[in-house]
Amino acid sequence: MHEYSIIQSLVDSVDAAVKETPDAIVMRVRIEIGDLSGVDVDLLTTAFETFRDGTCCANADLLIERVSTQWVCPKCDRPIAHGAVLRCPCCNEPARLDAGDEILLRQIEMEVPDVSGLRMR
Amino acid sequence: MCQDCGCGDPEVVPVKVQQKILARNDRTAAHNREHFLGDGILAVNLMGGPGAGKTAVLEATGRALPDPKKVAAIAGDLATENDANRLIAAGIRSKTITTGQACHLDAELVHRSLHHFDLDGVEFLFIENVGNLVCPAVYDLGQALNVVALSITEGEDKPLKYPTMFAKADLVLLTKADLLPHLPFVDVDKITDALAHVMPTPRVISVSSRTGFGVEAWIRWLANARTAALEKFEVYA
Repeated sequence: MHEYSIIQSLVDSVDAAVKETPDAIVMRVRIEIGDLSGVDVDLLTTAFETFRDGTCCANADLLIERVSTQWVCPKCDRPIAHGAVLRCPCCNEPARLDAGDEILLRQIEMEVPDVSGLRMR
Repeated sequence: MCQDCGCGDPEVVPVKVQQKILARNDRTAAHNREHFLGDGILAVNLMGGPGAGKTAVLEATGRALPDPKKVAAIAGDLATENDANRLIAAGIRSKTITTGQACHLDAELVHRSLHHFDLDGVEFLFIENVGNLVCPAVYDLGQALNVVALSITEGEDKPLKYPTMFAKADLVLLTKADLLPHLPFVDVDKITDALAHVMPTPRVISVSSRTGFGVEAWIRWLANARTAALEKFEVYA
């Protein structure tokens, strides 16, 4: 249910990023969603399709890269097996979350009429 | 193709952003965090499913403390001010955040609720989140610690079903412990084993808000946590 408020934040972030480029049309928005982020990818897609009308993302496709959860040992970097107790079997250290909680806007792809005037980023 | 000829054809240009989508919430949360720690307040985000016993634990805490003036609470709920009213009756100054249809609190809601809320002399601020084991885990409110209330009636595998919530927990309060004699099929070891699979450091305190069992241990844990949090804040401030 919070996926709707995440889309609101996403659209605001995209809007801020494209403001500097006049006449840009956002074609694709690439994001990363971790499996441990608490965000449902299907609900997020539905929310995006519902709310993009009338925003800077009205013509955009939302491309979601899912990131698998990975816990590791903070001491020896050994990955913890999926489904295992979150403690390194060798060092006995509590695991550290290395990947999986991402809720990240990675890249925006925009159509720009006059490329020669665009500042390279 | 048409990079230099200037013919005016549109081209798709990638712009790397690499920014957290909830960056704005996180900024407000960081502001809240500075405010709390700077004022010597340990802010605790108290989460748990509906009926897990969040309000009851806070009532028991208010009753057990020698000076309840040192405790304040903000209670988030979709409707009613019932939780805040119960806490006020237990001696804890409290305020309600009515979220309407929102299933979670966010940093901005917390920030706004602090206006016109006198926290003078407060050492512990409990942010009682909306009863929900999914959404509240996503939003940083500026708390120092996350505590999850999990009742022994909720099923031994509950932690495995909600890994995000428990991964972020600093402490689990195993509530309604007084019911254990009536639940012979509940194995507390299975609950702690499930927690060990989703929490790197599974700290658990069993409590009963009705009998007061475990409340002293919980208060001691809070006091130690506050000392540690303030010391760390002073080092890095």
